Amino acid sequence: MSAMKQEAPERQEIEELLPWHAAGTLSRRDAQRVEEALARDPELARRYALVREEFGEAIHLNESLGAPSARAMEKLFAGIEAEPNRRRPASFDLGSRIGEFFSSLSPRTLAWSASAAAIAIMLQAGLLANIMLTGTKPSGYETASAPSTDPGVGAFTVIRFAPQATSDDITKFLEANKLSIAAGPMAGGLYKVRVAVTGIPKGELARIVKKLQEDKVVGFIATTE
Amino acid sequence: MQVLYARHHVRVYRFVLRLVRNEATAEDLISEVFLDVWRQAGKFEGRSAASTWMLSIARFKALSALRRRPEDELDDETAGQIEDHADDPETALAKKDKGSALRQCLTKLSADHREIIDLVYYHEKSVEEVAEIVGIPEATVKTRMFYARKKLSELLKEQGIDRGWP
Repeated sequence: MSAMKQEAPERQEIEELLPWHAAGTLSRRDAQRVEEALARDPELARRYALVREEFGEAIHLNESLGAPSARAMEKLFAGIEAEPNRRRPASFDLGSRIGEFFSSLSPRTLAWSASAAAIAIMLQAGLLANIMLTGTKPSGYETASAPSTDPGVGAFTVIRFAPQATSDDITKFLEANKLSIAAGPMAGGLYKVRVAVTGIPKGELARIVKKLQEDKVVGFIATTE
Repeated sequence: MQVLYARHHVRVYRFVLRLVRNEATAEDLISEVFLDVWRQAGKFEGRSAASTWMLSIARFKALSALRRRPEDELDDETAGQIEDHADDPETALAKKDKGSALRQCLTKLSADHREIIDLVYYHEKSVEEVAEIVGIPEATVKTRMFYARKKLSELLKEQGIDRGWP
């Protein structure tokens, strides 16, 4: 009886850690304690199965929430433009940012992200090679003026393709929307994509971006100069 | 800044959206969050992960916005996700799907409980990081998560799904 009384607080303590164990965010020591408790306590193991269900559905729910429109980014950069000039803080350089970003990921996320990034880079490199080797002509929304070959002329967006998009998906997306890749991949896996061979009004560009954003191939899109 | 935004904006947006439950408000708020990040970049000392720091700012902005609102308004889409007690045949069928029922119950939790569940499960924050974001002791983080899960089970039970816990 006294043993049960001593065991109950320990089970309670371990049970409180189960959500973090499911998410893979416990320290090695705590994870080991939880693993040992799960191995010897079938009831705790049953409750852990419930936690795993919640974990999966919480991710499912959040992933179904979609992403913000380009309006949020436009508003942000308009806000930054309106700020008084300031020196870029030294701690905000790209190198340290990348370090912070990776240090913020759990080992599980890091492993998945690395695999996904490797696949995405291979697919996108393949796509670019395919485009260059087959001589796909950059098209876009042509006007009466002659198409320009100047990579700086035209109307552009920056796009990051969805990690699950295949090279076929991306090729079809570019062809269907008469787009061509002008530069990239840049930092963050972004590509500069030409949507028209001449400049077009901002409103028209925003309309095109909004339409393209709805395509599942697009992970992120915004207008750019 | 573009890189930082590209990496984090979706998760920050989803965190804010789950709190304010209005897409337009959430979009406005993430612009404000990243503007603050840009303004305060020099103050960030790197003691915690950048995402933890951003979620702290996002939480503060979301709660301030909720305080400005007379009541917890719902947009049509979010309201549509929340189940009415009088079930139509389709809803009754949906309830048979435990996963779907769980997701519906997750939307019905209080803001405090939604927040902690999302931080732990979706944003993969440790006990220490949740304590930093929410501004509560680590022991409270664990008990709040426990009670959030308990409430979730009670909501499921009301829908006829008894998990045998707590």
